[in-house]
Formats: sequence, structure tokens, C-alpha cells
Amino acid sequence: MTPQEIFDALKSQFGDVIIDLTENVDTWIRVKPGSIADVCVFLHDDEAMKFESLMCLSGVDYEEHLSVVYHLSSSSHRHRITLKVEVPRDDPHVPTVEHLWLVANWHEREAYDMFGIVFDGHSDLRRILCPDDWEGHPLRKDYQVQEFYRGIKVEV
Amino acid sequence: MADTDTQQVDRPEGAIPDANVTVDRPGYPDEVALEGDDNIESELMTLNMGPQHPSTHGVLRLELKTDGEIIEHVRPHIGYLHRCFEKHAESLSYPQVIPFTDRMDYLAAMNNNLAYCLAVERLLEIEIPERVEYVRVIICELNRLASHLVSFGTYGMDIGAFTPFLFAFREREDIFDLFEMTCGARMLYNYIWVGGVSHDFPPGFVEKCTAFLDKFEGKINDYNNLLSYNKIFIERTANIGVLPVDKAYSYNLTGPNLRGSGVKWDLRRDDPYSIYDRFEFDIPVGSGEMGQLGDCWDRYMVRIREMGESVRIIRQALEQMPDGDVHKAVPRNVRPPKDAECYTRSETPRGEMGIYVISDGSNVPYRVKVKSPCFTAISAMNFLTRGHYVADIIAVIGSIDIVLGEVDR
Repeated sequence: MTPQEIFDALKSQFGDVIIDLTENVDTWIRVKPGSIADVCVFLHDDEAMKFESLMCLSGVDYEEHLSVVYHLSSSSHRHRITLKVEVPRDDPHVPTVEHLWLVANWHEREAYDMFGIVFDGHSDLRRILCPDDWEGHPLRKDYQVQEFYRGIKVEV
Repeated sequence: MADTDTQQVDRPEGAIPDANVTVDRPGYPDEVALEGDDNIESELMTLNMGPQHPSTHGVLRLELKTDGEIIEHVRPHIGYLHRCFEKHAESLSYPQVIPFTDRMDYLAAMNNNLAYCLAVERLLEIEIPERVEYVRVIICELNRLASHLVSFGTYGMDIGAFTPFLFAFREREDIFDLFEMTCGARMLYNYIWVGGVSHDFPPGFVEKCTAFLDKFEGKINDYNNLLSYNKIFIERTANIGVLPVDKAYSYNLTGPNLRGSGVKWDLRRDDPYSIYDRFEFDIPVGSGEMGQLGDCWDRYMVRIREMGESVRIIRQALEQMPDGDVHKAVPRNVRPPKDAECYTRSETPRGEMGIYVISDGSNVPYRVKVKSPCFTAISAMNFLTRGHYVADIIAVIGSIDIVLGEVDR
């Protein structure tokens, strides 16, 4: 299916929750953050969609808001789609998709570590690349590195 | 390095589960009572494996919860090699990011270069000269050979066979000689550029490469005789770390790990990039020859067989390669359109590497995200090792072929 067909199918299934379709080299669908888990259940289970793998889950800091980007792929139907949700910077919450794709566990931990995005319902939301007691979320655009870590000067 | 001391207990016969059966005890992590004699209780022991351990292929720490010799739970701790690649990329121009990609998967740096350049080239929508495409395919397949050789050699060493390692590194040196004569570097190349490559093949490369391939093809058989069909090696790897297809998809294990479970999926053929659709080659998959489908031996054997296919690809490419200028399409200034973004994936020796690039119209990427195939593979460690013996962890780590530089970026 082409991204346009997937968009139409999602629109008829979910209505207003699906915001729009944008094309700029890649094509992506914007979804309201609260419903992303439901949309993913449909994409994962529906026979015509059957997205059995979550290729990548990334956080992005757009300065006015944070985004979570889901790159899904189906090897049985050979189609791909990109979903995006936008969450406010000060209180970013997104439902987890860990129960659909086990790999999301680690991807979501990385997005939490790097951007501070909280995935509701995640079974083990800890930092993954930085130490547990690190301050701040490094990939945010306004990140200031801490001066000392456990008494050791942090040099940038 | 046990955190808690455990008491030695005499177990009733049959209390130790079979190594191939996944232990699923609802009581975890509390004390687990064994069935059988009334008051025999055992305690789980926490054991740290790594971060400095010769068999973890880098700096990886595994926190094991063991019941005697049986693994109840594995929790990998990563991040020891975290160098903030993605943050660095946000302050460097597009071509300046390429040397950083070398240092992610340092055993297959060419393939990493290519993965990143493919993404930027798609954003720029530039056309790549024919010769460049062929040079890239040859160099990437040579690097795949070098990477699989390390995987093969170190896997043997992990399991206890030292000789294959020396055989593998001998051939790897020859490949590095070819790289050195092409671009001057042996490990980290910065070779593939956006729109081109840094140097054309020098005179005599084709002859030297062909001579290497002639020599190398016979060696694959040596490897099989040395290690693949060695009885001890089979005993250690068959039926260990079995990966069913649905879990492989769910954990997004890709590349040889997915093919080891019998799935014929290779991006070079199923979602062709560059010019891979012009070559004839087979996709080796696991078939459960030595035990269950998707065990460590199957994953290992896929890599050995892939080496033969890479040789085939290189031969065809050397034959078809046209003349041309490799710098013709290198852009002076890399400025993709504003707000454009793309996610490209390519088949590196370790699986699908995804590069997600967002542009803001300047000459510096707004965001670069790398989906590393090793990162997803290592997240399945707990699933693959649960219920096995501690020694089997080594077999599983080697069979999923991870490079920690790429996991942590």
C-alpha cells in the first residue's frame, strides 16, 4: 500500500485522531499522541497492514515541541510508513507500544534518556546510554552539560 | 564477583531444568522453591559479567541472575562506549559526520559510510555516477568479508578454538591491504563521500582483488573443516539460543540473525539500494541442520555462506565496472531542502542499519538518528539466554555478532 492509501484507511478507521499526511522526501502521518498506541495496534494486527516490525523509534526536539517518530515496516506486504506524534516540551507523555513490538522497550528507554519523553505503561523506563544519575537529557537542543558528575569535572 | 553468597544445596534428581527449556517461574525474583523434597530452597545469585570481559566483544556488562548454573534472567547494561554521536552530528556539516560513522561499527566502517551517504544523497536527490556505484559495491562487499571473518574467528575463540582466529585474520589482512592501497587507511576509512568516494581504485587493484578472491574462495572450505563441522563446536552451538521468527520480528533482529531463523530477507535483494539489483547472488538462510531452526549454529553458518555470495557479487562488479570520474557528483555544498527528512536502511554485515536524517535547510543536519542492528539484537539477550547454562551466554553473544561501538554510538 502507498502511504496515501494507508492514510485513508487510518482516517476512515480513527477519524480526527489522524491529523495529516506530509511529503518531503519521506512521507509521514501525524497522529495525536494519546491515540498512538491504538493506531499501532491496528497497524500491527490488521491483515491488510501487518506491520510486523518497528524499524526505528526516535525522539526529535523541534524546539516548540518534542516529537516521537515511528518507522514501521511490513515485510509480508512490503510497505513502510512513518508516524509522528507531537508532545509538549514541559510535560511529554506518550503511551508505550512495547506490548506490540518488544524492541520498543529499548528504543523508548533511549528516547526517555535522550529527550525526557515519558512512555506511559512502559515496564522498565530507565536511562539506557547515560548513567542512571546523569542530569538532563542530552539531545534536547537547550541541553547544558552538568559541571560535575560525582565530583568529577565534566569537560566538553 | 557474586553480590550474594549462595548456599550449596543438594538438589533432587531432575531439579535442574533441561538447558533447552525456557524457565518460566512465576515467583521471580523472590526465592524460588523447587519441587520435590520439602524444604529445599535455592537462592538466585547475581553475577556481573563484564564490562571487561574477553567474550563480550567490547565493553558490555551483563547482569545475570542465576540459579546455580542456570540463567534465570539477563539484564544487559550498555552505554560504556557512548560518545554522543548524534549530538556531535548536530554541530558538524553533512560531510564532516562521515568519519564519526566509521567509528560506530569499526569492523564494517565502509558499510556505515555508505548507509549515511545513502540517506544524505536521498535528501539531496543527486544522481551517482556508474563507476562510483560499482566502486562502492566492491568496497562494501570486501568489508563485509572482513567483518564476517572477524565474526567467524572470534566466535571460534569464544567457544575454545584458537586456530580459526589466526586463519581469519590472515585473510583479513589481505583485504586491509586492498583498502590501504585504495585509500591509505586500514580500519577507519572516511572513504565513501556524499556523491562519490574519496579515491578511485589505483592501477593494479582489479588484478590484486581478483587474485585475492581466487585465493579466498578455497579458504571458505577450510573454515568449514576447521570449525563449522567440528563436533565440539556443534555441541556448543546447536540448539542454543533458538530464535523463532515471530520473536525475530518483534525484537527487530535483522540481517544474518533473521536469516538464521529461516527468513529469506535481505535488503540487497528485497529493497535494493545502490545497484545491488544488477547482481546475481543467493541468500543463505538457516535450515536447522544441526538442531532447531534459528539456533546459534544456524546464525553462524549464514555468515560463512554469505562470504561465498559476497565473493560472487565482487566478481560480477569487477567485470562490469565502467570507467569514469569518481568525484564528478560530489557536491561543493551540501544543503538539503528545508524540513526534508528521510529514513534509509541498508544491509550492513550485522543487519539493517537505519539512518534517519532531518534537515533544516542549513549545511548542518538538524537531527541524525542511527538505528543500529546490534542495539536491537542485544535487547533480545534475555530472551535468547534464559534457561541456558552460563557458558552458553558466550555462544549466544558471539552468534548475534554485536559491535558495542555501534550499540552505544
